[in-house]
Amino acid sequence: MRREEIKVCVMRVGGTNCDAETQRAFQDLGVQAEVLHVNELVKQGNLLDYNVLVFPGGFSFGDYVRSGVIFARSLSVKLGKEIETFVDEGRPILGICNGFQILVEYGLLPGFEGVTAYPEATLTTNVPQGFKCQWIHLKNENKGKCPFTSKIPKGKVLRMPIAHGEGRFLFPVEKEQQMLQKLIDNDMMVFSYCDENGNVADGKYPTNPNGSFHDIAGICNREGTIFGLMPHPERAMYWWQQPDWTRQKQMAQYGDGKLVFESLIDHLTKKF
Amino acid sequence: MNPDIYVRGKTTFKMYEVALSEASETQLSEVNHKLALGLSMQEMQAVKAYFKTEGRNATDVELQTISQTWSEHCCHKTFRGKIRIGNKEISSLLKTYIAKATREINPPWCFSVFEDNAGIVKFDKGYGIAAKVETHNHPSAVEPFGGAATGVGGVIRDVLGVWADPIACTDVLGFGPLDYDYNKLPVGVKHPKYVYMGVTAGISAYGNNMGIPTVNGAIYFDDSYTGNVTVYCGCIGLLPLNKFRRNAQSNHIILLAGGKTGRDGIHGVTFASAELTEESEEVSRPAVQIADPIEEEKLKRGIIEVRDRELASAITDLGGGGLSSAVGETAEKFGCGVSVALDKVPLKYPGLAPWEIYISESQERMLLVVPPENLDLVMAVFEREDVEETAIGTLIDERRLHLAFRGETVADLDMEFLFDTCESTKTAVIETPRLAEPEFAEPENPSETLMQLLSEPNIASKEHVVRTYDHEVKGNTTLKPLQGKYAGPNDAAVLKPLDNSWKGLAVSCGMNPNYGKIDAYWMAASAIDEAVRNNLAVGGRRIALLDNFTWGNPEKPERLGSLVRACEACYDVATAFRTPFISGKDSLYNESPLGPVTPTLLITAVGIVPDVRSTVSMDLKEPGNLLYILGETYPELGGSEYYRLKGFLGKSVPKLHATKARRTYYNLTKAMGEGIIKSCHDLSEGGLAVAAAEMAFAGGYGLELDLRSVPNKSVARNDFMLFSESNSRFLLEVAEQDCSEFEELIRNKACAPIGKVTKGEKLLIRGLDGKVVVDAVLAELRRSWKKTLSMEVQGE
Repeated sequence: MRREEIKVCVMRVGGTNCDAETQRAFQDLGVQAEVLHVNELVKQGNLLDYNVLVFPGGFSFGDYVRSGVIFARSLSVKLGKEIETFVDEGRPILGICNGFQILVEYGLLPGFEGVTAYPEATLTTNVPQGFKCQWIHLKNENKGKCPFTSKIPKGKVLRMPIAHGEGRFLFPVEKEQQMLQKLIDNDMMVFSYCDENGNVADGKYPTNPNGSFHDIAGICNREGTIFGLMPHPERAMYWWQQPDWTRQKQMAQYGDGKLVFESLIDHLTKKF
Repeated sequence: MNPDIYVRGKTTFKMYEVALSEASETQLSEVNHKLALGLSMQEMQAVKAYFKTEGRNATDVELQTISQTWSEHCCHKTFRGKIRIGNKEISSLLKTYIAKATREINPPWCFSVFEDNAGIVKFDKGYGIAAKVETHNHPSAVEPFGGAATGVGGVIRDVLGVWADPIACTDVLGFGPLDYDYNKLPVGVKHPKYVYMGVTAGISAYGNNMGIPTVNGAIYFDDSYTGNVTVYCGCIGLLPLNKFRRNAQSNHIILLAGGKTGRDGIHGVTFASAELTEESEEVSRPAVQIADPIEEEKLKRGIIEVRDRELASAITDLGGGGLSSAVGETAEKFGCGVSVALDKVPLKYPGLAPWEIYISESQERMLLVVPPENLDLVMAVFEREDVEETAIGTLIDERRLHLAFRGETVADLDMEFLFDTCESTKTAVIETPRLAEPEFAEPENPSETLMQLLSEPNIASKEHVVRTYDHEVKGNTTLKPLQGKYAGPNDAAVLKPLDNSWKGLAVSCGMNPNYGKIDAYWMAASAIDEAVRNNLAVGGRRIALLDNFTWGNPEKPERLGSLVRACEACYDVATAFRTPFISGKDSLYNESPLGPVTPTLLITAVGIVPDVRSTVSMDLKEPGNLLYILGETYPELGGSEYYRLKGFLGKSVPKLHATKARRTYYNLTKAMGEGIIKSCHDLSEGGLAVAAAEMAFAGGYGLELDLRSVPNKSVARNDFMLFSESNSRFLLEVAEQDCSEFEELIRNKACAPIGKVTKGEKLLIRGLDGKVVVDAVLAELRRSWKKTLSMEVQGE
């Protein structure tokens, strides 16, 4: 598949608000990316015209009840069939921030045994509590299954901003060790919070900014095709988005967030 | 009193008529009070005369409509009315000072000023920048979270109301001291800590949910804000100027889009134009609206599409006064009349009387005017966004305001009458407070004083609050409010709004409420200078200003006198700087059982950065570079944070030498353009010492400075040199090899190198006698600065 043939659907609904910059990141890398309201997709019935589905950040339906839950439920009613096909065919799905919350609430992530009817994990209120907008460090933990990090060496430290109030990834307490083991065994760990030298946060604030279990910042499903993360790669796309670019004499043209988008596109151009 | 003055209308729904034509003054006053009209006797008499001529009773809808339209909040009686001061008469503060400055400067880049909900200036590639700042003080005092959230929502709608896509928010807040003694708190006044938590949470909730970055702001603490919390919410928008539509005409349809209408926010404007009392909580709680940012987010999407497809002929927001001001003002603007069916307005719940529907301030509603042939297209746009929209009326030729409910007329007013009566005359006197300069010995250990100053709430890091605002959503914030690893305080935020342009937008603010206790003129002048300084410090130029006044009761002559003084300064400084005002707003009657608010003028500055790649941040960049001070230091500590720390107010308020400052700024801008300024920080609260400390701990490098090199006018004490808050000063970092070029460009006697950036971990300052007066470790300075408002000290 040629780069310019790749079609990305950035799906939005009331309260989605990171769609434009997410679209821009894809377009800048030479693929087609469209922002589509879920109502439009339902009306046109054209979700399967796209190769990639992206849930960008925001506060879908105000994140009332619990982050992502209303959108996830309404989506499974409105577009459940198409999404099932999307997943079965191994077409990539990306969820950023609220998008990650939606994927978890939908049962698409972690997806140990495929899509589940009820969520197997949660992204809940930060510890310490409160919304936080800050640049953090991430370590790539993936050994090669996740196409979204295919161009990122394992162990590489990346920088991206977070901006959320509910990003603490948790498994049910009684199963957490067992589920963690599954994540690791199946190479579903993707990003974890670390310090600038790549040392794991080990739950310590502020290196781990939200109290996530095992410093989890991003995971993929068993097949690697569905990827969710709390940090915002689309806000770490260009040099001028970096928090300290005025300190640098020479700035790389792109930020680390680009690697996520580039990895995916590279994977698609090779695979299909 | 004759109870028969109230007549139940012969309608199937609840409506009252009031027989005004024979009413006595006592009865008029009683009607005014009972219906909470908030009108003066002079105005009540005018209303009576009108209905006498019409030969009929007034309906409650009509009286409420008049009340809203004539309220201070909607027609700005004080700013537009006459003011007598000594034997001088000012015909209108707005025209005499604020708008006059803009008219005289008359820059070609102003697109629309003082006309609509927000001012618009030209930007780049056919785009314009819209800007508006609102106050939401009264609602925030009664319900901090809701009041602040709806303040943000309201100002975003102001920007949508000129067809602009909101791209950034600002917020400037004033609270009482967080450690205020509970026992001293009068009944009905909420504790500053509660207000602080609620207001900041409200701002964060609305801005974050809508996905608009909150990029600039300030938080001030002052005793007078205890009873009168001050909440300024600002919004910046972007619009393609060729899509700006303002050509409605009769037979165009009035479309109401967005949220449903309920009883929330009834009498918000009359409430905002009255003093807060013990009963405000009980009486006014319904006047505070309920916020639903997601509704507004959807509404925004619809409006931007309607704009891009050029489907509507006019737009306005529903803010203060609800439908009554939006509908009336729209008709008035286009020289039309209007006919509206109030029963078409979608309601949250049944049972609202027509007058309630008409003046409700339920949030997230916008009014569009649509040519009939485009109606279906516009409705389809909103439906896709899951936004409710309803055609509720049409513009008509006849200059009448006609409102109906279930087919029956509930109001029929002459437009000329409705919009012609905002004339008032108020008296002002200028009072000079009796103040003296304090006498006290120089502190023995200025390092310690510096630490204390850094911990003062007005200077201390606001990181704990700033991080709860998403300042990066949309991915276009190139200079963030907090700089680098140690989160230093940048002077302004810079945005890169267009993908295909390097042109940036610098957003900054200035506010010096403490100076107003000495002299409102210099307070206003200093606020403008600070806003401009902050903007210049990051590389902004071609600066436009927004003015927002928060004052006490203007019926009290000395309060009005200080307002006049502040307006004079606005004119003088804006014309000297050639920085036009493009929009403004006033909030008066800020009085509580604890007294009036300290007169507070917020100036917001919006500048252009020709190329964001040349943006300058405030953190020190490299050891070996020289640090210059630009601008003269005077022994001006009246109203300073240093005096406040010592328990004094003082008298020697910082003055502004505007013409001189303008030359300095011009040359500074040139030097910035050459890229030879490595870092730049403006000197404000806490003066030279605080600015130097902030630059040092933000960059992680030390400084060695010498006060003997600081250009000054008879400053004889180290503490005054360190902490004076004289205006128009900057600290600039320049590499050694660029020094001669820099000095050549700056050509200013009041610019001198005062020291060097060092590898060390210390801030060292030599005093006027050559001895070290400040010797402090950066990590400790930073800790002092961060601890006050932070739950925990981070990153250490």
